[in-house]
Amino acid sequence: MAHAHATHHPINYIRVWFILVLLLIVSVAGPFLGIRWVTLLTAFGIACIKAVMVARNFMHINLEQRYISYVIITVLVFMLLFFAGVSPDVMKKEGSGWVKPSWKAAAAASSAAQGGAAHH
Amino acid sequence: MAEHAAPHHHDEHAAHHEAGFVRTYLFSTDHKIIAMQYMFTGMAMGLIGAYFAYAFNMQLAFPGMDVPGFGVVSASRYNALVTNHGSIMIFWVAMPVLLAAYGNYLIPLMLGCDDMVFPRINRLSYQIFLLSAIVLVASFFVPGGGFAGAWTSYPPLSAKPEYGLTPLGSSMWLAAVALEFVAFLLGGINFITTAMNSRAPGMRLYDVPMVIWMIVVASILFMCSVGPLIAGAIMLLMDQNLGTAFFDPERGGDPILWQHLFWFFGHPEVYVVLLPTVGIVAEIITTFARKKLFAYRTVLYTVFGTGVLSFTVWAHHQFIAGIDPRMAHIFTITTLLISIPIAEMMFIYIATLYGGSIQFTTPMLWALAFIGEFLIGGVTGIFLGASGADVYFHDTYFVLAHFHYTFFPITIIGFYAGFTYWFPKMFGKMMDERLGKIHFWGTIIPFNMIFIPLFVLGAAGQHRRIYDYRNFPDLSQPWMWNTRHVIAAAVCTMLAFQAVFFINLAKSLIAGKKAPKNPWRANTLEWTAESPPPHGNWAELPRVYRGPYEYSVPGRKQDYWPQNEPA
Amino acid sequence: MSSAARPIATTRSAAGMPTGKLAVWWVIASEIVIFGGLLASYIMHRLAHDAWSAQAAHTNTWIGAFNTMVLLTSSLSAVLAHQAAERGDGPKAARLLYATVAGALTFLVVKAFEWSGEIGEGFTITSSTFWSFYYTAAGLHASHVIAGAILMLFVAADARRNLELHRVELIGIYWHFVDIVWIFLFPLLYIAK
Repeated sequence: MAHAHATHHPINYIRVWFILVLLLIVSVAGPFLGIRWVTLLTAFGIACIKAVMVARNFMHINLEQRYISYVIITVLVFMLLFFAGVSPDVMKKEGSGWVKPSWKAAAAASSAAQGGAAHH
Repeated sequence: MAEHAAPHHHDEHAAHHEAGFVRTYLFSTDHKIIAMQYMFTGMAMGLIGAYFAYAFNMQLAFPGMDVPGFGVVSASRYNALVTNHGSIMIFWVAMPVLLAAYGNYLIPLMLGCDDMVFPRINRLSYQIFLLSAIVLVASFFVPGGGFAGAWTSYPPLSAKPEYGLTPLGSSMWLAAVALEFVAFLLGGINFITTAMNSRAPGMRLYDVPMVIWMIVVASILFMCSVGPLIAGAIMLLMDQNLGTAFFDPERGGDPILWQHLFWFFGHPEVYVVLLPTVGIVAEIITTFARKKLFAYRTVLYTVFGTGVLSFTVWAHHQFIAGIDPRMAHIFTITTLLISIPIAEMMFIYIATLYGGSIQFTTPMLWALAFIGEFLIGGVTGIFLGASGADVYFHDTYFVLAHFHYTFFPITIIGFYAGFTYWFPKMFGKMMDERLGKIHFWGTIIPFNMIFIPLFVLGAAGQHRRIYDYRNFPDLSQPWMWNTRHVIAAAVCTMLAFQAVFFINLAKSLIAGKKAPKNPWRANTLEWTAESPPPHGNWAELPRVYRGPYEYSVPGRKQDYWPQNEPA
Repeated sequence: MSSAARPIATTRSAAGMPTGKLAVWWVIASEIVIFGGLLASYIMHRLAHDAWSAQAAHTNTWIGAFNTMVLLTSSLSAVLAHQAAERGDGPKAARLLYATVAGALTFLVVKAFEWSGEIGEGFTITSSTFWSFYYTAAGLHASHVIAGAILMLFVAADARRNLELHRVELIGIYWHFVDIVWIFLFPLLYIAK
């Protein structure tokens, strides 16, 4: 069943692929600069851009009925909600009345290895 | 034309030359047969779950006794009984009966189409579900016995064999749950797609019967919430069998992660099972009050709001697990907030009944009982949602009484309400009203005698998951033992009265009065098909001209107005 | 009783979209939650365990990048297959689908070598919780690659005979989703050391 491509110009899929590969190269090159925030930006920022490009150009999500996009965005929001509700517990080494011994030990070892230098 | 009836009651169809018994009943793709398969499998599992409840209630009331029909309930057997009672009732009774059976049966019939959109995937989903039930039951017979770490399966008890003592049972339980999730994901796709796409011509979204909306929203809630638990189940299976440490704080993992993964699903899950029953009750009360649903769109938007809110309350199950207190504040607020839309729906139902011509048929009795009993469950939830009060109530029988006042109306009352209402359509016979009412009262009165005292015992400090209260002097006061004896007697009474239902079922199937197409004079499309409907449901698919609740419309002679009748 | 006949229900589209496509998008939605739960759990742990960078250093970024390229290219062939199917050219769509499956196989073979290497160096699923997440996340993804490739073979077999051409788009949508999951797994497991 063909869907209505009537009003939009055909996508050059090979061009899209080429841009995706270029972005991949940039994201691999990022760490070589050695700056942590640049690495994270290139790695995850580019991942988001690539994902949206694949979704729009290959999956044609922008040509589908609107509610499809709403469903996808909703489940992504639920994932953010999950992360927000769970990370305060899972990311801590100790809380009121409990402690994760190996986490404390690992953290102590790692900060000792870095000479106690501040790091984020 | 093949007639469809309960699989194990109509062997004459084996001789039917059109399709053999196996093809018709075991490998059918017809949504009505698949619905019956889910229904009867769920009922069979319900009997097992009820048997477990009998055994552990006798142990609680008369510790150390040789329970008739079971044997001595040791500490580990007790743990396995309560674990599997809970798991079975939720995953293998509530889900298949309320969601899969009623969903499969009603969605095509109420929407005016001939089957689900993916009949073979539908069949596959039942087969996977059946496999999950077999795996679970098999787990009771392996060395070590069935899983005994509570239906919530918290690690490290569930992850480490040296704590749990059921190395095989734990993994089989997890595998059974995972298979059940896959079955319902497949089924959910069918339900949502069919409901969105296959409505009868002329049926606008606001003409869809409320029960269909509820089942579809429930399916969406399930599909959006089960993912993290599937991930968690994979991680727990690995912890159990490969020695990974996802949930082991000694080796870099976190047991609280499991709790969050479980409850992120676990809370929306209760709405997944609640919504179909709320829908069934809407259909029944409108039919037997001869009145339209008081505020269709309000109910609909309330359900959407409840669905979204249900994703924001999960950690109220973890208030005393050591979660971040700031999170506890937030979850208290959201939990108390979610009681508002649910209460609103109950008020709308009461407004629907107000001024109606109430007919106290058996289905109506069940529907009314749902409203009353679920209200008790709902208001007691407020005590538990307030984290301060929950510090005391958590892990006491107050919690247990609360969730039985929600789950029992949802699962058991909902099942009986729908079954007695749609029986004429499903099987072409009428059920016996007198037996139906005896069964109703014989269930409801003992039910309250079991669980009201549990609120009192819980508030007095009786903790959960203790197999012998003689070991706790504080919980061994004479009035407590007397109460436990009363409760055990009520359990036995309630279970005994279920025989009345089965007698009614057999009697009606074999010798019941033949049912007309529309015995209740209702509006929705399923009542325009034959009783029972043939394969394909109608020779000619219906067209819809109005909403489903046009009862007692002023100026009309008839007090009902079927959806498919031209204006 | 014809279980093979397509019900009238399947042909209706009150929601404005063919039934099969609607279903695939809902599958994608539920898969997002499955992977989302797993990856969110991993991210929480990784952010809290700075020490894991010592373990993560041992993942091979070049192999990961190569595999990312392979999947991106396979997505290209999948969407070109859809284009061919839209134009009614079943055999061409099938050839492009087979190319996609070849990409999937390449991905899996490379991963097999990658994992054998890592296991050989002693980085097994139990050596550290980092590796537990690594193998579980990539393994769950790989199982979806396998399932997708198998389904794709069935669709291609039909497409070759100009049958069920609409399914080329559907398997493509699923395939692009599998690609997107890897687009996020790559930086998570290989770059963000």
